[in-house]
Amino acid sequence: MSQKILSAIDPKLRVSVLSEDEIRRIHTATMDVLETIGVRFPSEKALNILEAHGAQVDRETMIAKIPGVIAEEHLSRAPSTYTLCGLEPDFDLPLDGSHSYLGTDGCGVEIIDAFTQEKRPSTKRDVSDVGRVADALPEIAFHWVPLSAQDCPVESRGLHELDAIWNVSGKHLQTESIVSEREMRFAVEMAALLAGGREALRRRPVLSIMQCTISPLCHDAGSLEAALVAAEAGLPVGFMTMASCASTGPATLAGNLVVGNVEVLSALVLLQMAYPGCPVYYAAAQTATDLRTGAYTGGGPADYLFGAATNLLADFYRLPLSMGAFATGAKQPDWQAGVDNSLSAFMAASTGADMLLGAGLLHGSRIFSYEELLMDSEIWNMLCATLRGIVVDDETLALEVIRQVGPGGHYLAHRHTLKHMRELWQPTLMDRRPYSVWEEKRDGAREWAREKAQKILREHPGRPLEDGLRSELMKIIALAEQLS
Amino acid sequence: MDEILQKIISALDEGEDEQISLLVRQALAIGFEPMTILENALVPAMTRVGEKFACGEYFLPNLIVSAEAMKQAMFVLEPVMRQRQQMLKRAGVAVIGTVQGDIHEIGKTLVGTMLSVNGFEVHDLGVDVTPEKFVSAVAETGANLLGLSALLTTTMTVQRDVIQKLEDAGIREQVKVIVGGAPVTRAWADEIGADGYAEDAIGAVEIARRLLDVEGII
Repeated sequence: MSQKILSAIDPKLRVSVLSEDEIRRIHTATMDVLETIGVRFPSEKALNILEAHGAQVDRETMIAKIPGVIAEEHLSRAPSTYTLCGLEPDFDLPLDGSHSYLGTDGCGVEIIDAFTQEKRPSTKRDVSDVGRVADALPEIAFHWVPLSAQDCPVESRGLHELDAIWNVSGKHLQTESIVSEREMRFAVEMAALLAGGREALRRRPVLSIMQCTISPLCHDAGSLEAALVAAEAGLPVGFMTMASCASTGPATLAGNLVVGNVEVLSALVLLQMAYPGCPVYYAAAQTATDLRTGAYTGGGPADYLFGAATNLLADFYRLPLSMGAFATGAKQPDWQAGVDNSLSAFMAASTGADMLLGAGLLHGSRIFSYEELLMDSEIWNMLCATLRGIVVDDETLALEVIRQVGPGGHYLAHRHTLKHMRELWQPTLMDRRPYSVWEEKRDGAREWAREKAQKILREHPGRPLEDGLRSELMKIIALAEQLS
Repeated sequence: MDEILQKIISALDEGEDEQISLLVRQALAIGFEPMTILENALVPAMTRVGEKFACGEYFLPNLIVSAEAMKQAMFVLEPVMRQRQQMLKRAGVAVIGTVQGDIHEIGKTLVGTMLSVNGFEVHDLGVDVTPEKFVSAVAETGANLLGLSALLTTTMTVQRDVIQKLEDAGIREQVKVIVGGAPVTRAWADEIGADGYAEDAIGAVEIARRLLDVEGII
């Protein structure tokens, strides 16, 4: 992979929040739920596949009970490593178990304007602008659809969002906003156009798909059927549980993990039954319900623990993981956002989560802030440096240097310092200036982040598609609109 | 631009202090005037290092090693200039030190290095320096700048004592006093009647230049 993308590689620092025995108990409980309680699949198509492969299906309740041995057998067919591709190979992301990548968050509905600071509903132009800024940031490895293109027709909105990002960036795109079979067919067409045909798309998936489960223990018909279309085309597909302690999942963290695990695995089993060996991934963003408002806001110790625990589960099933980190209920890029996003990302990355979601959103993933995107990127930059750990060898022990400087001297002017100082992490948003300099301007991270985003928006043209591809994409969208 | 001056410029940029002495000697040997070496190589090179530091490309260690190289080059040039009765234009004469009871050294040393590279003749009295010693050093050297470093709340009061002793000796008006160190604030500087205060070595040079109305190199 190129140096154009910053990722955490083989973290030396590892956090372990569940023992092998505990993971096994969660697995056993999960299989018990799958087999004896079942999951609702409100789609004839899905139920037919499940029944044909040995699940016990109740057509009236649309609940399928999947025997554990059958679930395990089908899960074992899923590839444990594959590559998410960029439009440019420089941006390819091997999901090989040794990299963690950060993507943008999604899918917000409001944006704080980069120039006026006004908060307003998001448009397609905003999707494109955020895509352009994310394209310029080495910390951002792939895109989620960050915002809803609310000025576009409902029936083709998800396609306009893809169009907006592909027209400005060569990085991999993962959409979480296409939830119907019909729209997914057009999305696959668009992806195949850019990849150079359906077979080429299978080899180089420039698009991957995220669907959500409906906790507790349900799926959405549109999501299931859209996922089947994508899996057929060879696009990597993940299902995300957002089971929330005390409301859509048990109040206890272990129980919540079981509910989420059942949901995600049941969907992935379905996809493996339909298209054995298709690339899939585990996805999760569990949290604890706010006990005063009942809201799902993200953030807090439950999130941090889920971030680490879920990756242990995904590893147990040998599946790549996309983990919801950087989630916060904060209303502004502030102390709360900094604490939530640092700790959740640390926990997820220190267990080796393959994909981390996502940078830039506030208020429970509703409001996009450029300042937050830049700040989250700096957090990720710090974490990548932290996770690398400490190198211990003759050169880094520096015994000869210590001897030369001796007691009472200093290392500032030593060659060894010049040689290695640039390995030390350097801030771009952390304020380490003299107090008097701060006092004069009274500015800081928020202002600098905003200026940086404004500069990128003014100067970075993105990576526009050639005119031919651009108009072909629009033709596919126009067709989707006609046929709806 | 002559090749040897170009080499001096890059040696200074990279802080090659041993090599720069050789190069300066070579330049003198082939007939370059000391002032030419200074004005066409050393000063512009050091200015560029300062600019690279200001825009974030260089870090403090770069600045220090280049300043050290500058010092080495001047060790070679100065005797020759004296011999030829050429006067080096000085920005000023500075006495610096860490006050009595305090042995913190690095910050004060950095200030000395930065002052010297900016054309000050620097007399570094070291650490744990008594007020009396500061006063006599100012009197003896005719210094127009005095830098007092203190890193502890318990020793910063000595900065006030030194200023008082300068008054007592009748030489307070001769010298601008700047104070620094982690616990030192602008309010403290004002309270004890210091002329200036800075939080880091770069700031110290800036304030010294402003107080004495002289131009610097970086």
